[in-house]
Amino acid sequence: MLVRRVWPSRPTFDSPFADFDSVRREMLRLLDSAAGAGDTFGDVGAGVFPPMNITQDNDNFYVRAEVPGIKPDELSISAVRNRLSLAGKREIQREHERVSYHRRERAEGSFNRTVTLPTEIDADKVYAKYTDGILTLTLPKSEEAKPRQIKVRT
Amino acid sequence: MANQARTEIQKTDRAGVPTVAEQTRSGAVYSPAVDIFENDNSITVLADMPGVSAQDLQIDLRESVLTLTGRVRTPERPTESDVLREYRSGTFFRQFTLSETINQAGIDAKLTDGVLRLELPKVEKAKPRQITVRTS
Repeated sequence: MLVRRVWPSRPTFDSPFADFDSVRREMLRLLDSAAGAGDTFGDVGAGVFPPMNITQDNDNFYVRAEVPGIKPDELSISAVRNRLSLAGKREIQREHERVSYHRRERAEGSFNRTVTLPTEIDADKVYAKYTDGILTLTLPKSEEAKPRQIKVRT
Repeated sequence: MANQARTEIQKTDRAGVPTVAEQTRSGAVYSPAVDIFENDNSITVLADMPGVSAQDLQIDLRESVLTLTGRVRTPERPTESDVLREYRSGTFFRQFTLSETINQAGIDAKLTDGVLRLELPKVEKAKPRQITVRTS
């Protein structure tokens, strides 16, 4: 099983080099496209299906995964502490009649992916929604992990 | 599980598309993965367009060029900040030239779970016909 650490080097603080890093990535992408390495928008990723976007605000993490053509009940989602697993299978229906193919680009198969989130989450309150082939998970951060406003006493 | 060969699904890098005309709306344009097959009666197009809702999908067929355009609305709220970004939302765009004459009235499009299924029925005269050779 593949375990991917989402935030390897900066678990709690925003690195002062974070902006620098994104500029560097942007530059590399530019160089890649200039070298004709294709028009794939070189995103950082594990190269594992399904592609995911993870965002956060003060209270929650939001995981969005592109899983077109998969029925929601065929997805298995599990969360433990700070780990989230997503498994399932995508099957493409066979066409009954005799048909000849012109293009066959859509992939099928099974997948099993685990991501490690920067902090622990409240696994009992995870909320999942599926619309138009996108799975959206709302994962509340555990109380200890939430940022706190600290008042300065005068 | 051992006797059952399991094929792992691969993540495919999404290809950017050089569009024919310049875009008026800013944002990236992507090419959706498609399956196209035909039988004697119709041509079927299946396209993966995750994040496109029915009202944001445009299907256009004119002069035997089929154009699929699907707009993805950015789902993130402004309060959210990125932790990991592996895919970007943009517009799905793809064009095909169809060699067969299509019965425009009979076109059927269905969008379920981010997959478009488009049935393009061929007009009667384009269907293959058996020709019997008579002997004199």
